[in-house]
Amino acid sequence: MTGLAALFSLVAVLPLILVLGYVLLKGASKISISLFTELPPPPGLDGGGIGNAIVGTLVVTLIAALFAIPVGVGGGIYLAEYSRSDWFARFVRFGTNVLSGVPSIIAGVFIYGTLVTSRILFGNSYSAVAGGLALSILMIPTVIKTTDEGLKLVPDDLRRGALGVGASRFSTITQITLPAAFTPIATGVVLAIARAAGETAPLIFTALFSSYWANLFSVDGLFSSIATLSVLIYNFSIMPLEVQNELAWAASFILVALILSLNLFARWLGRFASR
Amino acid sequence: MTSESTENQPNISQETAISMQNITISYGNSAAVRNVYCEIPRGKVTAFIGPSGCGKSTLLRSINRMNDLIEGCTLKGRILFDGVDLYAATVDPVEVRRRIGMVFQQPNPFPKSIYENIAFGARINGYTGNMDELVERSLRQAAVWDECKDKLKDSGYSLSGGQQQRLCIARTIAIQPEVILMDEPCSALDPISTLKIEETMHELKKSFTIVIVTHNMQQAVRVSDETAFFNAETVENRSGKVGYLVEFSDTQSIFNSPQQQATQDYVSGRFG
Repeated sequence: MTGLAALFSLVAVLPLILVLGYVLLKGASKISISLFTELPPPPGLDGGGIGNAIVGTLVVTLIAALFAIPVGVGGGIYLAEYSRSDWFARFVRFGTNVLSGVPSIIAGVFIYGTLVTSRILFGNSYSAVAGGLALSILMIPTVIKTTDEGLKLVPDDLRRGALGVGASRFSTITQITLPAAFTPIATGVVLAIARAAGETAPLIFTALFSSYWANLFSVDGLFSSIATLSVLIYNFSIMPLEVQNELAWAASFILVALILSLNLFARWLGRFASR
Repeated sequence: MTSESTENQPNISQETAISMQNITISYGNSAAVRNVYCEIPRGKVTAFIGPSGCGKSTLLRSINRMNDLIEGCTLKGRILFDGVDLYAATVDPVEVRRRIGMVFQQPNPFPKSIYENIAFGARINGYTGNMDELVERSLRQAAVWDECKDKLKDSGYSLSGGQQQRLCIARTIAIQPEVILMDEPCSALDPISTLKIEETMHELKKSFTIVIVTHNMQQAVRVSDETAFFNAETVENRSGKVGYLVEFSDTQSIFNSPQQQATQDYVSGRFG
């Protein structure tokens, strides 16, 4: 019986090992400085790298985090600290659960329909900002839930102590409760970022793709289409060109390494017991 | 004074810190404590004693509006502090808690350093003076300075239970309230820490009015000047009990020559 259970556990872990191993094998050979510093080559030519895609993933994920963290943490604070068990809080909680199950392509299509085609963002269509917003829709439910749970874990005694010295509700939350719940909230945020960094479907309609470096020195760069690792993998894997295929493997390796390190970071954070 | 108050007192004497007039506190529809008339004297230690479930802690919490945090808890009647009804619509509960501090049953220091535990409350209340001096003064007044002076940067949790409770007292003193409420502050502590805290109360009495809820009658005898005895009675048509004030007098009278039979029974240990 133990043997059978062990066998099944092995089968469960096998896909992870195989995927990581295969990506490592195919992609690691292509790691070089040029991978990080050069643009993808035109079809037919050799060499080049995926530098713009790496930068693009970082930019888009940063935009998503900048939007999702305040909204998510704020929402979680409302649910845990301010709401009574009235219909509104129950509605928000239910809505959050539903939103976490929404397919990522729906988030992409939603942003496409509202921001990209209507050109509401200062007249721009495909943009990094639109991509970031699509990703933040996927991040927000996770952040709200972990903030809510993290704050509920803080013992009421602490809040009473703070109120007992004449702190207002707001001061208690910002200076006592939130710092005490920092670890679970940070872990949730990092995991949400890890998920968002790897999404492809939302970015196809919103950030599109670009073969050039994003112009980060002007605001314009944020409002034009931008390359990202996930979309690069999508585009380059099905091209009938060997150079592009290899770049796609290298990008897969980088992306997997990025997500893996974010997950490890989240676990390391989790070991910070709050004092 | 017994539970029937004689008249409304438009001129609260200077010696009364808090005047409770016909207080009834209910959780939802069931009353927890009813029709309490009580004058808490300034600069003295008043003890609330009585069996479990008679509403002592509920009444104590109502004085600094901590009951506001409990859903469904309502209060009828008036609590006058400095001539102002604390439950008037214009009164800010945060202001109330700055002037009426509270020490809880379980020590609950903040997850910060010992220094920050004290400085937090002071800073919140806009203290702009010398913080180091305030921290030292508060810790001295709470009789815990000697144990803390070398480790002010250490976490509040690194102290023992009795020291943590004295830290909580120091933190309450630091905001310089006029009244300190203590809800069974020693029930979670060992006898030595209890003794230290009782000594502290004798010192604190000189600058603050103290109201303490205690299950320990010997403690009430040791520390308090005035004692209020509460009892609980069952209500028909409802489960649970409702508390009421039986007798309120100076400690010597309550314990040696009480006027009510229930008081006599309780202090002699016949029930409770």
